[in-house]
Amino acid sequence: MAVISTETIPVQSEPDVVAVRRRVRDASAKLGFSLVDQTKVVTAASELARNTIIYGGGGTMQLDLLNGPRNGLRLVFEDKGPGIPDVELALRDGFTTGGGLGLGLGGAKRLVSDFEISSRLGEGTRVSITRWK
Amino acid sequence: MGEFLLVTIQVDMHDRLAMALQDDLTRMIAASEARGVLIDISSLEIVDSFIGRMLANIAGMSRVLDAETVVVGMQPAVAITLVELGLSLSGVRTALNVDAGMELLRSSLNGSKVLYGSHFD
Repeated sequence: MAVISTETIPVQSEPDVVAVRRRVRDASAKLGFSLVDQTKVVTAASELARNTIIYGGGGTMQLDLLNGPRNGLRLVFEDKGPGIPDVELALRDGFTTGGGLGLGLGGAKRLVSDFEISSRLGEGTRVSITRWK
Repeated sequence: MGEFLLVTIQVDMHDRLAMALQDDLTRMIAASEARGVLIDISSLEIVDSFIGRMLANIAGMSRVLDAETVVVGMQPAVAITLVELGLSLSGVRTALNVDAGMELLRSSLNGSKVLYGSHFD
């Protein structure tokens, strides 16, 4: 697997979420994803970008175009927020501390091929998702 | 005799804009005494949990104000993604397009006319 290109964009404010959606849409279209797959990965990115802002206090999204047996899109959301005390609980549908629907993390996980999350209390959270073509 | 509000969402909304739409629309339902609300989302490329919650809130609030909400025009790819995301939009009535949505509202309210269209952008 080779990384064809990588870029990092800020995820600090609500308009950044819209920018994330647009950037992920463009990248997934460029990789030749079907419309349904584009929609899934854009939706997952929207959920994670919002989490980065609401829970992480803002951060970044790294966007990697991958080239291997199949083309892929990897998105890494990172923040230096308070971290998640119980990741397993946070992944459960309906669990929220932010007044939302509690579908963000678990929902995003269902929409992609690979999902990795690591979080340290007081240090921040990193969520990496990959969708293969 | 009731009247319908037609709302067409034409931009990729950030969260605060979605909240503003929710507030504006609720006020408009009360002010116009509309009996039905059609929300056309055919231009929306995604519906995430935030937009989904907004649609459910509008439906709930309009119900309390004695109006019916029908969400129309959802793109198939959006519908597939919504279900996988885990959003069922329970309590939100949907129709394939504006005409079908209008028909749905008419049949449940009996003989109404469109009051005015509102483009939110």
